[in-house]
Formats: sequence, structure tokens, C-alpha cells
Amino acid sequence: MSLPPLVEPAAELTVDEVRRYSRHLIIPDVGMDGQKRLKNAKVLVVGAGGLGSPALLYLAAAGVGTLGIIDFDVVDESNLQRQVIHGQSDVGKPKAESARESIEEVNPYTKVVLHKERLDSSNALEVFEGYDLVLDGTDNFATRYLVNDACVLSNIPYVWGSIFRFDGQVSVFWNEYGPNYRDLYPEPPPPGMVPSCAEGGVLGVLCASIGSVMVNEAIKLITGIGDPLVGRLMIFDALEMTWKTVKVRKDPEGEPITELIDYEEFCGAVSEDAQEAAADSTITARELKEKMDSGEDFHLVDVREKNEYEIVSIPGATLIPKGEFLTGEAFSKLPQDKQIVLHCKSGGRSAEALSALKGAGFSDAVHVGGGVLAWVNQVDPSLPTY
Amino acid sequence: MDVIINGERRDMAPHTTVADVVRSLTEENSGIAVAVNDEVVPKAAWAGTTVTENDRVDVLTAVQGG
Repeated sequence: MSLPPLVEPAAELTVDEVRRYSRHLIIPDVGMDGQKRLKNAKVLVVGAGGLGSPALLYLAAAGVGTLGIIDFDVVDESNLQRQVIHGQSDVGKPKAESARESIEEVNPYTKVVLHKERLDSSNALEVFEGYDLVLDGTDNFATRYLVNDACVLSNIPYVWGSIFRFDGQVSVFWNEYGPNYRDLYPEPPPPGMVPSCAEGGVLGVLCASIGSVMVNEAIKLITGIGDPLVGRLMIFDALEMTWKTVKVRKDPEGEPITELIDYEEFCGAVSEDAQEAAADSTITARELKEKMDSGEDFHLVDVREKNEYEIVSIPGATLIPKGEFLTGEAFSKLPQDKQIVLHCKSGGRSAEALSALKGAGFSDAVHVGGGVLAWVNQVDPSLPTY
Repeated sequence: MDVIINGERRDMAPHTTVADVVRSLTEENSGIAVAVNDEVVPKAAWAGTTVTENDRVDVLTAVQGG
């Protein structure tokens, strides 16, 4: 299925631009016309992170005239393994600003518009106004459903990609011509089921594999060439080194999208059971340290995965991954006569495990709010974070 | 009846539905997409779609990373 070009061509290219884009101009399918369309295009990139990094660099290099960047985060050292638009000297800087500086170096003819606010239901439609398409490289389900719904309401294409460890998925959702994200995944997985990259890790170069497909599709949509990835989902397996394509259709029973909703609630950052379990059973990292120093007899359990435990752990903690709490396997490994204290990386998984543990009768169990990250911040800053 | 689920051949009972295949893999049913012979089956149709001999069923999990 070919689609009409998304963007009208700009009036002309300057002599400098002709020199710069000559390798595009001599491809018959792109040519002057396609390059002028790129010049006139306004693309919004949500998230200047793993996918946003290569996407922004290649969109800029390709000659996209206006790039919007929405990101409220700052560059962290742990981003540099994959977020190639940022460098060592950018650590601590807002990602949006760091990305703009790199883009200016790659292509001074690209105009960069920064949106440093957090995207939410109250501002999304306003932010999207004026953009021809949105490319999404955010790191959470709530934002992905928000971007999808706002693209549907704004009637613009949504170039979507997501990554985890060695796996990537990429597609173009465009309600006018094909399915939207909800036709593929009507609801998010239950909170805690699917780890984020911060919890589960991601192979850095996977960002380039998926990000490059996203840019490829954005260029095709803008210039109206080729067969866009509308109605097809591509699934990449970096270990097997396979790409699989499956067809996606509009779900005839799908609920129409008529307004933006509360996406945090829709995706439930932490399940209600976990919130309830943690409500009066959360201690701080400092309180944990006090318990240790006063010689209190309790059993500290780290519910993260083994490789996370190897990076950094709280002294004296026993490793039992969260999954074993959910299956019930963990309970027989725990002493019955001591208070159980759980922790994870930042408090989400330990709250889930706590809920299961309390359900099994360990009523005085608690978890550490903020997890090992809080321990490093509040108790022992000499330890690494990840 | 042999069905190829996520690349592995498995013996399934006749009249197995897409919903049955999902249930055989996970207790969850949200955040999951299923493709039969490279076409995604909308969730509302899982229970009413039976798989047949040698069908390729891919059960995908939504990932959020970016």
C-alpha cells in the first residue's frame, strides 16, 4: 500500500542544501521533490533517549526542517551506553538541550524546538499541533498510550518502536489508513509483569536497529515513497538475528478513541494490591540501617534478579527474585520466626512481592521504599547505581 | 494436532482456540498480542478462533523500553 506524501514540498533548496543533500537528490525516488518535502517537514520526537538518539541524529542529517524534542529528563551516566546523541560532558544536562547541541553540529539547517515539560493528557494535543508526525521512543506504557491516543485525535501518523534486552518491535500506527496501537495491544500488561529497560536492561545497539527503521519509515511517510509500515508490525530478535513481520488490522470491536484519559491510572504504575500492602509497611533506607545497627533480628531479602544483585546489593541481603514470590516458591525459603524485609531497585517490585508475602501470612513483613537506590543515596554513596 | 507456538512444535488438542494457547503460556491476558500465520488476531476474537494443524502461532508481549 503506498500513501500520498505527508508534507508539501518547500519552495526551494539553497545551493548549500543542494550540496549537503546531493546523495539523496540523485536517488530518483527522493530527488528534489522529496528533499523539499523533508525540508518542510515538522517531526516531533518524544523522548531523547535510546531510540530518540539515533532517530534525532538521522532525521536531522536527512534534512528534516523542524525537529521537536520532548524530554524532561537529564542525562545520566547509565544512558551513555546507548543514547549516542549525548556525551560524557552532557551528564547532568537536560536531555532536550544536549540533543539540540548535537543536532546543531550534525545539521545547522534543522530548526530544533524544545519541549521540556512532561507530556500528559492536559498538554499533549497542544504540543502535537503543527507537527506532521510523531516518533515515539519513550520508556513507559503510560506515555505510549497517551501518544497513540493523541495521534489518533490529531490524525497524524505515529511511528512507534520499543525495545527490551535483545528484542525490538516497530510499526507505524495511523488511524486514518490502518490500525492504531490499541488494535495491537488494547491494554497494557499488568503492572510489574513487563520490566522496563532500567529493570531488565537493553543491548545498546538495539536502539540503532529499531531507531533506524523508525527514521526510515518517517522519511517514507514524509516523501510518499515506498510501502509504509502501516498495518504491519516488525519484530526483531538480535540474538537469533531475525526480523519477523506480522499483519495488524483494525480491531472491529475496538473502542473508538474520543478523548485523552488518565494514563497513569490506565497503566497502574504499581498494582492496587501492592499499593495497599505497602501503605503501612514501608521503611526508609535509613530506617533499615538503624535496624541493622541496633542488632534487630530480621531477614533481608533482595527481590531483584541475580545480575542486578551482582552490580550492587545491600549487605546481608539474600536474593530471591520477585517471580518466586508471585509463584509462592519463595515462602518455604523464608524463616517463620523473623520479620521479613524486602527490597528491590526502587521499590516497585518489592511492593508487588510484599503483597504476595502478606497474602501468605507474613503479616509483619515490610519493604524498603526506594530500594537499593535509596540505600546508595541515603546510607552508602560509595556504592554504584545503575 | 501439531501447532507451532513461538517457533516450537507442540501437540495441542483438537479445537484449541487462540485463547487456549495464550492460557497455556501465561496467566496474563493483557499486554499480549497473538499472530496466527503472521496475522494478528484481535483480542476479542481469541476465544472464537480455533487453530488448526501446522498453524504458526506467535504470542508477543508488549515491551515498553525506548
